[in-house]
Amino acid sequence: MAVCVAVIAKENYPLYIRSIPTENELKFHYMVHTSLDVVDEKISAMGKALVDQRELYLGLLYPTEDYKVYGYVTNSKVKFVMVVDSSNTALRDNEIRSMFRKLHNSYTDVMCNPFYNPGDRIQSRAFDSMVTSMMIQVC
Amino acid sequence: MEGLTLSDAEQKYYSDLFSYCDIESTKKVAANGRVLELFRAAQLPNDVVLQIMELCGATRLGYFGRSQFYIALKLVAVAQSGFPLRVESINTVKDLPLPRFVASKNEQESRHAASYSSDSENQGSYSGVIPPPPGRGQVKKGSVSHDTVQPRTSADQQEPASPVVSPQQSPPTSPHTWRKHSRHPSGGNSERPLAGPGPFWSPFGEAQSGSSAGDTVWSGHSPPPPQETWVSFADTPPTSTLLTMHPASVQDQTTVRTVASATTANEIRRQSSSYDDPWKITDEQRQYYVNQFKTIQPDLNGFIPGSAAKEFFTKSKLPILELSHIWELSDFDKDGALTLDEFCAAFHLVVARKNGYDLPEKLPESLMPKLIDLEDSADVGDQPGEVGYSGSPAEAPPSKSPSMPSLNQTWPELNQSSEDTAIVHPVPIRMTPSKIHMQEMELKRTGSDHTNPTSPLLVKPSDLSEESKINSSVKFASGNTVADGYSSSDSFTSDPEQIGNNVTHQRSHSGTSPDNTAPPPPPPRPQPSHSRSSSLDMNRTFAVTTGQQQAGVVAHPPAVPPRPQPSQAPGPVVHRPVDADGLITHTSTSPQQIPEQPNFADFSQFEVFAASNVNEEQDDEAEKHPEVLPVEKASDPASSLRVAKTDSKIEEKTAASVPANVSKGTTPLAPPPKPVRRRLKSEDELRPEVDEHTQKTGVLAAVLASQPSIPRSVGKDKKAIQASIRRNKETNTVLARLNSELQQQLKDVLEERISLEVQLEQLRPFSHL
Repeated sequence: MAVCVAVIAKENYPLYIRSIPTENELKFHYMVHTSLDVVDEKISAMGKALVDQRELYLGLLYPTEDYKVYGYVTNSKVKFVMVVDSSNTALRDNEIRSMFRKLHNSYTDVMCNPFYNPGDRIQSRAFDSMVTSMMIQVC
Repeated sequence: MEGLTLSDAEQKYYSDLFSYCDIESTKKVAANGRVLELFRAAQLPNDVVLQIMELCGATRLGYFGRSQFYIALKLVAVAQSGFPLRVESINTVKDLPLPRFVASKNEQESRHAASYSSDSENQGSYSGVIPPPPGRGQVKKGSVSHDTVQPRTSADQQEPASPVVSPQQSPPTSPHTWRKHSRHPSGGNSERPLAGPGPFWSPFGEAQSGSSAGDTVWSGHSPPPPQETWVSFADTPPTSTLLTMHPASVQDQTTVRTVASATTANEIRRQSSSYDDPWKITDEQRQYYVNQFKTIQPDLNGFIPGSAAKEFFTKSKLPILELSHIWELSDFDKDGALTLDEFCAAFHLVVARKNGYDLPEKLPESLMPKLIDLEDSADVGDQPGEVGYSGSPAEAPPSKSPSMPSLNQTWPELNQSSEDTAIVHPVPIRMTPSKIHMQEMELKRTGSDHTNPTSPLLVKPSDLSEESKINSSVKFASGNTVADGYSSSDSFTSDPEQIGNNVTHQRSHSGTSPDNTAPPPPPPRPQPSHSRSSSLDMNRTFAVTTGQQQAGVVAHPPAVPPRPQPSQAPGPVVHRPVDADGLITHTSTSPQQIPEQPNFADFSQFEVFAASNVNEEQDDEAEKHPEVLPVEKASDPASSLRVAKTDSKIEEKTAASVPANVSKGTTPLAPPPKPVRRRLKSEDELRPEVDEHTQKTGVLAAVLASQPSIPRSVGKDKKAIQASIRRNKETNTVLARLNSELQQQLKDVLEERISLEVQLEQLRPFSHL
């Protein structure tokens, strides 16, 4: 369902970004980039320790006429940003949450790989496949 | 078109290619699509391609039928060989090599390549040395240096070629291509479900492993992906797919490979019968892995931490990315550490990779660490290679937490099993029974009043004589169940006071007699029963002979309520089933007194019993006899009583005999309780009255009569049995009380008698001298 999925590192550089190829990807990149500000806003607004899962899920960050941007942040300030096509049957919040959960799990698995250095681009095939599954749904 | 004669290899190769192109399985191939790709892959100038198409007649038909396709392929070969394209050349050119398709791979190859195609890792880490696979002799022969992509006959080549062709537009030729192919499987574009990337691996691996061409490589190499794949790889590496993935390098080498593979395809096919498990770890490999594991982690059941594994595998000089992928595949439970199985799988993958095999997208089943009781958890089937992104997402999770699904699967099983085993509450079973059971048994056995636990008791109390006691005891012996004894004991207990020593004695005896199971009746209560009578010893009481006043006095059962008829006292006394003699003597008087005393109903019974007892005598001491007997006799006596109310011993004897006879019959034995009640009642009411004998007898008879019926019915109905038991107990209680009273009366009577005799003596002094 996602049109674009991005994993942003703590330092706000992308670890992984992937979009539906058909679309103009740059636009998505730009959207993700702008949404980072919103994410930071939400994070700072939280205040308390973000231990609660719910707080990890930021919800709708930024709606545009065509797309909606959802955000999710981990405890290590790694952000997941997902751009969803608005034209799709409105995805329920739970679905978005589940997608983020899957993302988070995959990301965790990537992290578990000793050959992965945190901060590197994510090149895990498993992660790719998982993201593709999420995105393929759109197709 | 003239007939086309194809060699076997050609035939096969062409058919494979046709199959490859014939996507829709319509037996005809459109000019577009794969055919074009295929032809382009042939690296022929377009005009040549057009010419070929024309020659084969496809242009006329608008599509490639199988024959056209074959002809076209043949023409391609011709063209590639440098021969002029002529229709005639189709058959004229001898020893025409198979049409070469750049990156063309036989179908099989393409298939495999499909799986590989997804492999995006084109690391050229592998030296492109790909020693022609065994059997690639032809390849070698064909001077198929990696550069020359001699299209092999392996049919499969063609198709893969087509897809491959496209990417291959770019000049391939780097040795990498081949390797890329090998990697394709791992890359896996889902263009084609890869039969098993594994197989590819093996060929590659083997190829690289030792550049030892020949089967030796193959055989020796452990993860020889199913030879077929190998073969197929050779034949038709899904070059197309692969090429699509790796546009660049694949080509030459792939083609070479394909050629080689084509040649070897057959061989390989034969060899690779075991498609099943390209990734299987041989024992020696396993052992090697285990040893390596031990060097890192001595404990075979332990884990290798990620860092250590990283260092270890980094030594293999594989690119980090590939190592990362291997890790992802092998760390089944995603815990950041490698168990022995995981380590072996990772090592195996590293070896395969080093040998040129592409990494699979998913962990092959054979490499899957055995989960606890889970086997299907691994849906990862054999390398689906495929590429599948389509497949992967679904599979990713499983691979992710392979253990979990398995666990989940097991859990439900466990749950089910637990449910099945489902707690079975221990059903509390009433132990009751002992009484009820005993009573039932009694009932069943006796089926008569005597079964009634109380009946014998009733009988006993009614029959104070030993006989009655004996009878009751006898009855018990006859077959009363424990219940009787038990109940009798209960009854005994119930009337501690009322029952004189005799009674208690009787009871105890009777209690003990009836049943083994029955708890032995409480030992004779000397005292409680003596409440009234004061501590008369039952024995002594019984021992009292008629003539012995003292004895009689002594024998008097304690607490026998003074009965209205002192004359009757002896009766009850007589009825005490104490000693036969005593009984006899007493009984002699009892009949007379019977009618006077309201208790007589019962006494009559006991009289009979006593008589029977006397007759039998053996039972006298055998107080253990079940109450049944006395009950039975009571029943009989009841009837007999009527007959022989005033009878003497003889009558008693007869009565005894009768009771014996009647013992079978249960009728006479009216339910003791009833008579007892009546008796008591009558006692109370009729105490002043004397002539209640008939009534009593009648009552007793009634009681007795009712009793048998009770047991019978009880036998059937447990509740009824219990009810009857209760009634019997009540009766028993009553009878016991009655007994005590009667004993008391007897005592009084005896005293009177003594006094009378004294008077007589005085009146007739010296007369008796």
